[in-house]
Amino acid sequence: MNLSRRRALALGGAVVTVSLVPVSMAFALTEETQGVIDAFTGGAAVAEGGVTLIMPELAENGGAVPMTVAAPGAVSIVIVADGNPRPEVITFNFEELSGNSEASTRIRLAQTQSVIAVAEMADGSFASTSVEVSVTLGGCG
Amino acid sequence: MAIKPRIKLPKTAAIDEVVTVKTLLTHRMESGRRRDPDTDEIIPRMIVHTFEATFNGRPVVTFKPEGAVSENPYFAFSLKVPEAGELTCVWTDDEGEVFEGSKSIEIA
Repeated sequence: MNLSRRRALALGGAVVTVSLVPVSMAFALTEETQGVIDAFTGGAAVAEGGVTLIMPELAENGGAVPMTVAAPGAVSIVIVADGNPRPEVITFNFEELSGNSEASTRIRLAQTQSVIAVAEMADGSFASTSVEVSVTLGGCG
Repeated sequence: MAIKPRIKLPKTAAIDEVVTVKTLLTHRMESGRRRDPDTDEIIPRMIVHTFEATFNGRPVVTFKPEGAVSENPYFAFSLKVPEAGELTCVWTDDEGEVFEGSKSIEIA
């Protein structure tokens, strides 16, 4: 999948971030969201860099917000939505014949919030990034 | 009668080429958070909880959606093509219903 600038722009003013700060320190996540992340990481340190999460800055329809996530070398990526009734959104597992650790889907966001991607690498380490998505009309999360 | 899932894959690829796969299934993905407007009762969750793609029987990806994945789930991912063959995608939902689709690819 080609994560070119054209593709990022085609998503309607998308936000691209690369993780800079460990996820538990960057901003205040709800306890529930942090719990979901800790369950995935086993409480391990979550590093900087290596995860890209592309979502629109503004989602007019919270029922179907497009997202693309990529983390080269990841075996698994978990997506959590900090402002949804339940934070868990989806887990992507990349297996033997997967060409890269990239996936796209559409998700429901109940309100303006942070969406976090946490990647588990082949060596057992973790990395994450997050984006803030403004939602005009909330979707059933 | 269920609508057939859609799988988009190039017709041909070179050996070891990485190709993009796009899939779409018609499914309500009832999140379990909506109330029936007449009875005010919660409509029970009924979503696709597992999506598995294999190629000639070998695993490609496994995705585990939750209620926050949109209706008519769309998944795109990549496949490293080892040889000519068939990509099979299987979606399983909370009621145990299984949806399956396949698409072939040749080596060129």
